[in-house]
Amino acid sequence: MSHAHTNDDHGMGHVSPIWMLLGVFALLIFFTVLTVAVTYVDLGPANIWVALAVAVVKGALVGLYFMHLRYDSPFNSLILVSAFLFLAVFIGLALMDTGEYQSNIAPPDSVRPNSG
Amino acid sequence: MTSENEHTGDTGHGDNHHPHLAHHFETPAQQFESGKLGMWVFLATEILMFGGLFCAYAIYRGNHQDVFLYGYGALDKMWGATNTVVLLASSLTMAWAVRAAQKGQQKLLIGMLIATFMGGVGFMVIKGVEYKAKWDHHLFPGTMNAFYYEGGQPKHPEALPHAIEYIDGRNLGGEAHGGGGHAPAGHEPAEDSPQHEAVPGDDAHAAEHTSAEPASAGVRAEQNATAHLASASPVIVQAVYGAPADVSTIKPPASPADMGVNDAVIDQAGEVSMPSAAHTQILWNDLSSDQQKKVHLFFGIYFLMTGLHGLHVLIGMVLIAWLILKAKKGTFGKDYFAPVDIGGLYWHLVDLIWIFLFPLLYLIH
Repeated sequence: MSHAHTNDDHGMGHVSPIWMLLGVFALLIFFTVLTVAVTYVDLGPANIWVALAVAVVKGALVGLYFMHLRYDSPFNSLILVSAFLFLAVFIGLALMDTGEYQSNIAPPDSVRPNSG
Repeated sequence: MTSENEHTGDTGHGDNHHPHLAHHFETPAQQFESGKLGMWVFLATEILMFGGLFCAYAIYRGNHQDVFLYGYGALDKMWGATNTVVLLASSLTMAWAVRAAQKGQQKLLIGMLIATFMGGVGFMVIKGVEYKAKWDHHLFPGTMNAFYYEGGQPKHPEALPHAIEYIDGRNLGGEAHGGGGHAPAGHEPAEDSPQHEAVPGDDAHAAEHTSAEPASAGVRAEQNATAHLASASPVIVQAVYGAPADVSTIKPPASPADMGVNDAVIDQAGEVSMPSAAHTQILWNDLSSDQQKKVHLFFGIYFLMTGLHGLHVLIGMVLIAWLILKAKKGTFGKDYFAPVDIGGLYWHLVDLIWIFLFPLLYLIH
């Protein structure tokens, strides 16, 4: 192990301290309780967005600390973020389109009466 | 993954001082980073695969909000939350296992991997209990679902009234509550009221429903209400029973809640708040006949999303079992822990997806 690149501190991964692992876990549990609790409060259409925002925070905690992204090569984060970005494009465009053809859709009953 | 290279010190390049270093890499660090990069690319494709289902979810929920609000009544918020905690805990032990591997703590590594595996077992057992509760009420995936309509008619007319009674009963009883497991232990609708054989759409039989039903379902609603007084939503909105179509003439069970509380929420104009705008308890007859024919879509999406996720949990468990076997042989240490790290990434992704599935499926408002 005398090789320059293979000494004990060879840059292979970040060792997470235990307090950090437990702290992140405690935060994740807190946000889980929060997201359940918030369903008992009526915020109208805002409920879904609060729930999603909490999920994004929880996901970021898992990604940054449990998956070491914060200490990793930024390229790995870039891959993850670009996946979400393309997903947003995909779902966004699909949602923009989804109402467009509703008027053209014939009710199923009129298309195949009594085919059951 | 690199098992072929494990004990072949000679890589043909003379740099045989590192037993885990494949000959096409310069250093263990480069090998480790490359492996991780490859795993992240794979995880990106996993996200995109689940993305298709999330897209389907977004479209159907956007177009059929009340259908989702109704179908969600069959799910159990507390089981979902419990499973979230179980997965988060197993994510913690997985991250801890990676730390143990990095520090060369063999016993801790094996212990943490076993704890993670048990987390997967716990998750699947709870999922099984939840699926069982659905199947006991004919809430199957696809065309077998009690709510499936074909050619404008229910495909399973004998099962439909039971499923309606089940979900209406749950929705009347308050929140989707803990103990999905005990639901099947309640009334088995088929036995205690013969009227259920009525074909929905047959008005004469439907009329019988109206008079005969309160006995069984009302009792359950009452039990639920008592058991969950504390958690019951203060806002109980119940839309008028608009029942234009023949299939919607099955009256939902009357209950004590029907009489007093609900009426208070109807506002001055005599209008009822839109079900999608408030925290509602939506019943079968609150849905239009068109919406009633789409309830099975909620269950299709629920089973597809949780099913694909469950499959990933199982695959993750196989990977962790393999890691446990390797760890017991002493394969991993300070210099070589990439498989633990990469297996961990997979497990965390499974957790990550559940973090989004849970509020979207179990916490519909």
